[in-house]
Amino acid sequence: MKILVVDDEADVQPLFQQRFRKEIRNGEISFDFALSGEQALVYLQEKHSEVVLILSDINMPGMSGLELLSHIRHDYNMPPPPVVMMITAYGDEDSYQQAIQKGADDFLTKPLDFNLLKDKLKTLIA
Amino acid sequence: MHLFPYLAAFLLAQHIQKNIKTTELYPKWRSILLFANWGVIVFYLVVASRSDNWFSDITGSLVLWGYVTYINRESDFRPFWPFANTHYPLILASGIYAVAEFFSDGSPKLNMYYQFMILGAFMWIFGRGAAFKKQQKQVQIVTEKNSELETLVALRTAELTRQKNELQQTVQELKATQAQLIQQEKLASLGELTAGIAHEIQNPLNFVNNFSEVSAELIDELEEELNKGDKEEAIAIAEDIKQNLEKIRHHGKRADGIVKGMLQHSRASTGQKEPTDINVVADEYLRLAYHGLRAKDKMFNAELIANLDGNLPKINIVPQDIGRVLLNLFTNAFYATHQKRKTAGADYKPTVALTTATTDNEVVITVKDNGTGIPEEVRDKIMQPFFTTKPTGEGTGLGLSLSYDIVVKGHGGTINVESEEGEYTQFTISLPR
Repeated sequence: MKILVVDDEADVQPLFQQRFRKEIRNGEISFDFALSGEQALVYLQEKHSEVVLILSDINMPGMSGLELLSHIRHDYNMPPPPVVMMITAYGDEDSYQQAIQKGADDFLTKPLDFNLLKDKLKTLIA
Repeated sequence: MHLFPYLAAFLLAQHIQKNIKTTELYPKWRSILLFANWGVIVFYLVVASRSDNWFSDITGSLVLWGYVTYINRESDFRPFWPFANTHYPLILASGIYAVAEFFSDGSPKLNMYYQFMILGAFMWIFGRGAAFKKQQKQVQIVTEKNSELETLVALRTAELTRQKNELQQTVQELKATQAQLIQQEKLASLGELTAGIAHEIQNPLNFVNNFSEVSAELIDELEEELNKGDKEEAIAIAEDIKQNLEKIRHHGKRADGIVKGMLQHSRASTGQKEPTDINVVADEYLRLAYHGLRAKDKMFNAELIANLDGNLPKINIVPQDIGRVLLNLFTNAFYATHQKRKTAGADYKPTVALTTATTDNEVVITVKDNGTGIPEEVRDKIMQPFFTTKPTGEGTGLGLSLSYDIVVKGHGGTINVESEEGEYTQFTISLPR
């Protein structure tokens, strides 16, 4: 299962890789990363069919996660549509409503609870 | 004729008595004057009127001379000295008449001349007396006028002094208010920062937590691999753990730097200039301003473009002061794009660009936004204290005015603005190297 993580903080990359070390080694999950919404869109042009799950930060300079979400839902919604989970440091109701309304499948707050994320992924794979 | 010197002496004493009656000198001289008054009358009636003419005249002359001399010796009678001196002709005339009588054979013609002389001397006293009186009256009028004027001057002076004190008080109050306003502006900008700071600290803290958690997990895995005897994998894991510790340190320092920056911002400026990397200060405040606004308005977004000159030399500045200036410019820039977004179409992409560059003798910082721009008619006013286009309560109107003071007066630099209404605004700060 290929997962695209979109976050302007580069250090989330080793974090994901180490947290999912076993899963990556077993070949259950593979990660790709984008540092901005713009980068994510470029990436998706090539590989949208491979990506099963997109995890995106909302709060990024330039294109925000919510704008990215709109693009994804608009441009890549041929079945099966990718699962999109939004992540934000501001866990407020307003952002949540917006994310859901724009078509997000789930909403996670920072700091990420990786065990919770793993559980969610298990149900996705199953 | 020998009555005249006595009469003159009596009148002289009478005159003095009348004139000092209303002053504080009266009690001191009352009895002496009384004696002088009646003494001369009694002396005349008892002695002079019954003596020879020449004797009566010579004593009259001597009595009057005695009176005048006595008066001229007492400084209490100083105002009467000129009047007393007018009696000398009569003293002299009486003296001469007495001598003439003593030697004369009683020629009536000669007698008449002498009598005219005495009469003339007596009249002289009255003439001069009247003149003195008139003069005195004039002096009195002038004195009254003088004191009136003095009272008026004192009154005006008091009024002016009161007004001066009032103004001084007001100036002092204004100074206090100004200091308070500057402090408030500082606090307001700190308030704007708080959300940005919270976000900026939260991020590194998340990393510190996440990396230490994952490292603990990795150590479990390391043990597993060692037990299995997979040395290669164990080394790889150890390498990861080492990297993680490095990351924890890095993010810990990042949070540390932000807290230090915040403290620096809220602290009163020490005014101490120190060699500072403008790029670091500018980048830090750009992020803080951005996240501050984001935290206030979740919908807000803008593209940040930072063109930082990697070869920028460190320059001597007061970091927290220049930090405030930059924070101000960034906050304004974001505000302008935010305002424009409300009316512009969906195609509008809010952008704030920070550029640093260096010339031979200056470091140049430009902050450009593609927001609402500044209308030409207010462009001259934006550096004035209390000028703001924001709704009441949202802006202190001190931001740019303080920035101007800091850059121009505090650092010998310049601050310029270029703008086109509805298109862009660009602030350029030049600081001497």
